[in-house]
Amino acid sequence: MGATTAKSAFGQGVLLGLPFILVIVPFGALFGVVATEAGLDLWATMGFSALVIAGAAQFTALSLMGEDAATWLVIVTALAVNLRMAMYSAALVPHLGAAPLWQRACAAYLLVDQTFAAASATYDQRPEMDLRAKLALFFGIATPIVPLWYVSSLAGALLGASIPEAWALDFALPLTFIAMLGPMLRTLAHVGAALVSIVLSLAFAGLPAGVGLLLAGGAAMVTGALVETWSERRT
Amino acid sequence: MNGAEVWIVILALGAGTYLIRFSFLGLIGSRRLPEFVLRLLRYTPVALFPGIIAPLVLSPAATDGQFDPARGLAALFTLGVALVTRNMLAAIAAGAVSLYTFLWLLG
Repeated sequence: MGATTAKSAFGQGVLLGLPFILVIVPFGALFGVVATEAGLDLWATMGFSALVIAGAAQFTALSLMGEDAATWLVIVTALAVNLRMAMYSAALVPHLGAAPLWQRACAAYLLVDQTFAAASATYDQRPEMDLRAKLALFFGIATPIVPLWYVSSLAGALLGASIPEAWALDFALPLTFIAMLGPMLRTLAHVGAALVSIVLSLAFAGLPAGVGLLLAGGAAMVTGALVETWSERRT
Repeated sequence: MNGAEVWIVILALGAGTYLIRFSFLGLIGSRRLPEFVLRLLRYTPVALFPGIIAPLVLSPAATDGQFDPARGLAALFTLGVALVTRNMLAAIAAGAVSLYTFLWLLG
């Protein structure tokens, strides 16, 4: 096989991104609906989806705003949910680090769970790809994903305005978090972190909104990291 | 939260998230993070989500903070489906169906 041209790498990226439409569209629409139910106007809902483009953090911010948490606590907690993206950014340096700054700046904007997962898996499988092909592949993957995130949020926001209260959409938020959490509980360390988070967030329920969550989350992160260290020593 | 505060959250969260994404790719380069820091980063979502979920499930705002059996059972069912299928969308769908079923049965 000859060297992959940038054009064909872009096309391959688009194909890799397509299956994620099945995740992005319902999740984005759900955000639009829940944000509208929470009282955000169309511009604010779209502001979240265009500037933050991170479903879990967007839902976290909605949840804390619903509890009237202080503005800085909403920001800090939702940013903490996004800290995992620093790992993604670090993992892409060997592949895209030599690209011009503006291209790295664009790639950073498009760096979401799905684009990272598909790109890094492909880079590992095909070490012969050059920088141009790798960049083209990355932008190709993002092409069906990111625009559809905006569009589905918009559709959800327009739909959400016409949904009656009897639908109990208040509970869409916790159910969405549970659905995101389930697949993450892969190891004893993850389960331990989750249990500490539950117990402490309930124990700290009397503190000002958002403070208890941040303390519980910090303790739970340390728990997860310590349990992981401990289980590695045992094996 | 008023409109101006919502936009402060959106702009700060957007800028902060962008800086996290840009961090190594744009600024720090290929310097390695200490192993324990990487470990902490790995557990951020799983450390925060249960703490968000637990109060919302145990004292839902829609029932004025009183525990609601229908919502509680739907939460349990959703967790079960999420653990078994490892599929977020399947769990959301199962959660919606179970919520309406339990609300209808118990409500």
